[in-house]
Amino acid sequence: MKPIVDIEPKESDSVFAKALKEGLIAGALALGLFCLIVGFRTDQNIRNELILTQRWGLLTIFVLVAAVARFVITYTAPWREERKKTKRVVEAKEPSAFRKSFPKIGLALLFVYPFLVITILALSQWYFTGQWSYQSGVQGSLKYVDNFGIQILIYVMLAWGLNIVVGLAGLLDLGYVAFYAVGAYSYALLSTHFGFSFWLLLPMAGIFAATWGVILGFPVLRLRGDYLAIVTLAFGEIIRLILINWTAVTKGTFGISGIAKATLFGIPFVPGPNGFAALLGLPNSGVYYKIFLYYLILLLALLTAWVTIRLRRMPIGRAWEALREDEIACRSLGINTTTTKLTAFATGAMFGGFAGSFFAARQGFVSPESFVFLESAIILAMVVLGGMGSLVGIAIAAAVMIGGTELLRELEFLKRVFGNDFTPELYRMLLFGLAMIVVMVWKPRGFVGSREPSAFLHKRKVVSGEFTKEGHG
Amino acid sequence: MVSEVQKNTSAILRVERLSMKFGGLIAINDLNFEAKRGAITALIGPNGAGKTTVFNCITGFYKPTEGMLTLTRQNGEEYLLERMADFVITKKAKVARTFQNIRLFSGLTVLENLLVAQHNPLMLSSGFTVLGLLGFPTYRKAAADAIEKARFWLEKINLVDRADDPAGDLPYGAQRRLEIARAMCTEPELLCLDEPAAGLNARESAELNKLLLDIRAETGTSILLIEHDMSVVMEISDHVVVLEYGTKISDGTPDMVKNDPKVIAAYLGVEDEEVVELIEQAEAAGVDDITAAVDLLSTEALHEIVEAHPEAEPVELIPAAAIAEVASSKARSARKPVAKKTQPTATAAAIKAGSTSNALAGPRGGKPDKLILIKGIGPVNERKLNEHGIFHFDQIAAWKKADVIAAETYLAFDGRIAREDWIAQAKKLAKESQVKPAPKKTGGAK
Repeated sequence: MKPIVDIEPKESDSVFAKALKEGLIAGALALGLFCLIVGFRTDQNIRNELILTQRWGLLTIFVLVAAVARFVITYTAPWREERKKTKRVVEAKEPSAFRKSFPKIGLALLFVYPFLVITILALSQWYFTGQWSYQSGVQGSLKYVDNFGIQILIYVMLAWGLNIVVGLAGLLDLGYVAFYAVGAYSYALLSTHFGFSFWLLLPMAGIFAATWGVILGFPVLRLRGDYLAIVTLAFGEIIRLILINWTAVTKGTFGISGIAKATLFGIPFVPGPNGFAALLGLPNSGVYYKIFLYYLILLLALLTAWVTIRLRRMPIGRAWEALREDEIACRSLGINTTTTKLTAFATGAMFGGFAGSFFAARQGFVSPESFVFLESAIILAMVVLGGMGSLVGIAIAAAVMIGGTELLRELEFLKRVFGNDFTPELYRMLLFGLAMIVVMVWKPRGFVGSREPSAFLHKRKVVSGEFTKEGHG
Repeated sequence: MVSEVQKNTSAILRVERLSMKFGGLIAINDLNFEAKRGAITALIGPNGAGKTTVFNCITGFYKPTEGMLTLTRQNGEEYLLERMADFVITKKAKVARTFQNIRLFSGLTVLENLLVAQHNPLMLSSGFTVLGLLGFPTYRKAAADAIEKARFWLEKINLVDRADDPAGDLPYGAQRRLEIARAMCTEPELLCLDEPAAGLNARESAELNKLLLDIRAETGTSILLIEHDMSVVMEISDHVVVLEYGTKISDGTPDMVKNDPKVIAAYLGVEDEEVVELIEQAEAAGVDDITAAVDLLSTEALHEIVEAHPEAEPVELIPAAAIAEVASSKARSARKPVAKKTQPTATAAAIKAGSTSNALAGPRGGKPDKLILIKGIGPVNERKLNEHGIFHFDQIAAWKKADVIAAETYLAFDGRIAREDWIAQAKKLAKESQVKPAPKKTGGAK
């Protein structure tokens, strides 16, 4: 015991020196490595001559990043070690007051979001120009309501729908975007050919997608794990290839354009005497439609959440979660795992279909381009990053991933740092990957790794992620 | 209970000509037996005898190659189990099962585990989710009833306090009990338990016996169990079926089976070399089993003496009975040396050095208390305590600080006696044994 006590102060003294040394070594290594790779650049000029450009500034940045990062890592190592020790609690902690009320605060914010944006924009306009104009705020809000609000909420809804299949029932589905496509094309085709209204086609798109969910579910009932993932992936591709090649119906890669917009109880969002703006005596603007769509997708997403929360307290929801934990035990308790799996596929697919028909109504144009595998992967990434089964976690993950991508377009100052030909959007996949690795290292179970029990006898205690399983298929 | 079993002698499960082949391997070969309604039937046999395969056939997890499994429900309905899917067997034929390696839903809470087991009735009352989703009161009432039923079983298995903890967080013994309660929540008429006492300590397996007898007495559920722990089999079962290499070698009451030479041969083997092997295995397994092995060796030696001098020893039957005893009752093998073997060592070597102040030369009245009833004392420590002259609860209850230190020295403990509060436990047990001098049978020794 004693010698350790003696050594300890010495060690903590030398941490700084050690970190400094390691930082310098890392810097030197980086210098050696990048000196020729980054420090010099060869180009051909117009006369085909080779010219050497020196980039000492960039090289300095590289070296500094390496040195500083190494220094910080080494310097904080003892502290992190200490924290790891104290943080090893198996029981999930009771959520703080903020985390408990977070869903309510978030919900309230979502409902006032468009007006908040308009007000803030109008205020900033007034601050900079001294002119108060509410209308300019309305016009400026288009980008924030459409690109941020609607875009994020579509993905929130898709991720919540997929959460039923992956997070609750534990069935890995890599082809979820297929149901999104079925919903979108159902609306696009039926509305352009038969002129059905959005409100009729919205539930129909859900039903069609659910039917396709069952059709996919049947052959994959016996599959698990990797095999299930591959078959669902193939299913997603099959749907996309059908959309491309069945040109007589889908017009192939050209896509279907001129899809009818949604209406508010029969009031169309068009310029003119019968339009929404004219009826309310507002100046003509496309923003109203976007704000209407924002509230529509918000309500659809909330419907998904409400159904998910209700279903978890139903026997079927518990059977899904039990299926994720242990399928054989489920069958030994008299649960028909076939119908249980199929209902999970169908319910998840239905919400995908709703989101799809909304997507078609919002874009006014659908093409197979929108339903590539990458979309499935992004939606699945949201579910995994957010924490499988947790609605709040998944919503945060969707907001961060989609909002983050949109935000990258806004970062003009990066051009001043990296030069004018730097386009931050191109790096979004790199940043996605980085973010995923960071989150998975820091929180392997996602943002919200714990699970809320569906029933309790004395006290609702959250179940730590240590105990829950990810499912086997 | 016995009278009830005799009164209602109809078989709940009839297994006829059951065969199960996996490729060339014959796991079960032409097996016939019956499980009586309201009785506890035990299926025993050496490892690999095909017991679990029989279970998997009964519960539909395997489809038997040949044979008929007839289940007769209380209301007279008959089901041919070999034709039904596994989940239908639980749903319609009311057969529930547990697993050899516990299969709980570890990420769900204890309560949720019991609610999942009530899936089918809840599904009906929720109108296949539709009515429940719309918030109809029928489902709300059914859900409340389901929680009450879960609470009833939680009280039975003594886990009410941990109802809201994840099932994976429970200790092993509690997980076993929870799995039984979960199976009972499906309201079965036949409960199939696959080694329910595996991995339980003496106290837990005594509790398990009580739980199973309780289940039968209160719900009238018939029980079919696979078990290696003979203290469970011999104490609670009404009927024992012994399998070896997929064939039935014995069938009857526990006493009958225990003395069946075929069973003894199946469990012990017959050659001397095999006995030596058994002892080596026991040594490798741990000190606990050495007593059993030594005991076995001594009876084996006796047997040889008898064979060598048949005229000198008139009591030939004793060794055979002793072998049967060892074979059938692991429990007694631990209990017997206490009475037979350690007592002489204690008297011969007087009391070992470093003993506590109130050590006795031998148990009062020649009958030591069951010290293993104290939480923290296992068979090994009991023997050590006996060797140091501690035989009774009141002796431990009277320990002073110095005695505790002395005892911990020879038990090689570090403060465990105080931590587990042996002295208070012993006081309580001593008082109990004074109130009713014959302590109730616990079957605790293992």
